[in-house]
Amino acid sequence: MVYQYKSNGYNIVLDVDSGAVHLVDDTAFDVIAVISWLYDEEEINASTDLEKKSLKEEVLDELSDTYDEKDILDAISEVKTLWEEGKLFTEDSYTELIPQIKERKTVVKALCLHIAHDCNLACKYCFAEEGEYHGRRALMSSEVGKKAIDFLIANSGNRHNLEVDFFGGEPLMNFDVVKEIVAYGRSLEDKYNKHFRFTITTNGVLLNDEIDDFINKEMDNVVLSLDGRKEINDKMRPFRNGQGSFDYIVPKFQNLIKKRGDKKYYVRGTFTRNNLDFANDVVTFADLGFDQLSMEPVVTDLENDYSIREEDLPKIFDEYDRLSEIMLEREKEGKGFTFFHYMIDLNGGPCVSKRLSGCGSATEYLAVTPWGDLYPCHQFVGEDDYLMGNVEEGITHPEIADKFRSCNVFTKPKCNDCFAKFYCSGGCAANAHQYGEGLNDCYDIGCQMERKRVENAIMMKIAKTVEE
Amino acid sequence: MKHVKTITKDTYKNTVKKGGCGECQTSCQSACKTSCTVGNQTCENK
Repeated sequence: MVYQYKSNGYNIVLDVDSGAVHLVDDTAFDVIAVISWLYDEEEINASTDLEKKSLKEEVLDELSDTYDEKDILDAISEVKTLWEEGKLFTEDSYTELIPQIKERKTVVKALCLHIAHDCNLACKYCFAEEGEYHGRRALMSSEVGKKAIDFLIANSGNRHNLEVDFFGGEPLMNFDVVKEIVAYGRSLEDKYNKHFRFTITTNGVLLNDEIDDFINKEMDNVVLSLDGRKEINDKMRPFRNGQGSFDYIVPKFQNLIKKRGDKKYYVRGTFTRNNLDFANDVVTFADLGFDQLSMEPVVTDLENDYSIREEDLPKIFDEYDRLSEIMLEREKEGKGFTFFHYMIDLNGGPCVSKRLSGCGSATEYLAVTPWGDLYPCHQFVGEDDYLMGNVEEGITHPEIADKFRSCNVFTKPKCNDCFAKFYCSGGCAANAHQYGEGLNDCYDIGCQMERKRVENAIMMKIAKTVEE
Repeated sequence: MKHVKTITKDTYKNTVKKGGCGECQTSCQSACKTSCTVGNQTCENK
């Protein structure tokens, strides 16, 4: 499948099945469009010569009023070279890998530990319902946490790098247990030839020098939740007494990051219908001195007045464009910052197996509740039909993992003709479950935003390549 | 080439040979938690 688009003055051609990305001039852009329009991929690939006389004549017929004949023929010749190299009009050759993927033996390599089902903020959009996850308030004990580490090691096969995310609610409400679990994991690394990558997601309320030092030493990544401008943040992220959290939290985040050196972190916000001009919030992060940024669209029921609706998409797309332009500008000024959804690795990105197997929820990645129950991911916690087992007994419902394992971009009809399928790998299972027709469906609004972000991420890579 | 500049150096097909070790990061452990972003993960088996 070939996908063509124009963005920020660049003509971009994606050969979806090979992953090749091409920057082309107007002539080649139109030549590729005409060939795609005249022939389907099967016909092109059944041909022994893409420069055959009839094809040339048909393309010339369509384009000779617009372009010089020699230019058109040159462009056809270059298109032929790309086709021969397997970088244009490439046929899908991964379908044959599907049985392998469905049957593949997976090992658990990542856990999301719900260290606290409690929170000291009352964020209005929280899918964890202020930490309660459709259930009771609870803190994970160190005993359950250690059993989770044992479960992970026992189920991780030969995998060396293991990931444990401390999540909530607000994990720092149970900081002593976080410390104990980290120490326990570290104590087992040599014995089992494993390396733990710990991460933590926090709202920052409880940060202090001792916690900062611990996080900066032990956490491979730290996700700091903040929504941007003070008025935006304080509307959605108040304390339980209704007071805004911005002024209290920002200095704490700045203090943590000042001491973090070059280790990874994200300042991560959520945008809603209340701030469709969210590029201003990303810029606020940058102006506060942060340079590793993320801003996620809220995912919630349409009945909530702050939910993202279909009619908001044109404004959101414009805003993603504005954000790209600001980022390219700031980069030139030496004040660049990264944006999670615009990070794309075109030359060392994931292998095909990773792209075909998706996020790994229920198979490689599991969520653990404070009392040790296992769920496919943090967003399924509290849904009885998705309870997979517990850290004591292990997986007692393997059929749930099988269901997720056999779900990929080829089993999702909506992914078939989508150019972004190998970038999102079929999207978020929880979103499809909650807002689509099931795991093999998609969350359409989310897909449309993802496609826009992929387009912009690729455009920005191209812009930087051209400047080099 | 005069009309085309290819930005990518490799194709997915070539990653089949080295792929599947699984040592790379799980996508939801980074910063999203509410979407799925696999394309921006980095291969750890270069």
